[in-house]
Amino acid sequence: MIGLALQFGFACIATAAMLNMWRLLAGPTRGDRILALDTLTINAIALIVLFGINETSATYFEAALLLAMVGFVGTVAYCRFLLRGDIVE
Amino acid sequence: MNPIAEIVVSLLIVIGGSFALIGSWGLVKLPSLMTRLHGPTKATTLGVGSCLIASMIYFPAAGGSFSAHELLITLFLFVSAPISANMIAKAHLHRQGWSIDPNPEDAIKGALPNTGGPTGWATFWKPRDEPDE
Repeated sequence: MIGLALQFGFACIATAAMLNMWRLLAGPTRGDRILALDTLTINAIALIVLFGINETSATYFEAALLLAMVGFVGTVAYCRFLLRGDIVE
Repeated sequence: MNPIAEIVVSLLIVIGGSFALIGSWGLVKLPSLMTRLHGPTKATTLGVGSCLIASMIYFPAAGGSFSAHELLITLFLFVSAPISANMIAKAHLHRQGWSIDPNPEDAIKGALPNTGGPTGWATFWKPRDEPDE
């Protein structure tokens, strides 16, 4: 049963990532592209966690944690660059 | 593996995947950036949190040891998602200035609504001059 649920989850998150890619390519403003990248990172975290369940291995959580932190810092850096034209003042 | 734990884990995974899909669908479907912010910041964060809780239940039930890593990721995501949404909204407001909305489909055609107080929107205030030393 978990196998079936995992298949469903993988399919959903892969579709979500493709929708994000569409918004990343099409998004009319720069804010849209930043938002799409942020959502892509969050979906990648979900994919890694589901893959960890699939493999029954706890090795992947460090990757998920790192991705969460780097994704957040990246989003803030993009927004700061848009606001100030400079990241570290 | 305990059948109740199996059902709970499967249900959480299905809920998480559905919420992530709904969030990204909102990102594609909604008309302007300020409305688009709602989908990923709420639905996707909830979906990922659901997947992480599923994995937190799965590993002790499958014979492994309990670890708080997933809880850490969930807490971090739940703290960081509103902050990044706020930053994106702020960057958007400052880029569009006071009165131009580049996506007028959401019926915000004029300027931002009046704050009702003596001061305007705080994000447009000039930063105070702080002495460097």
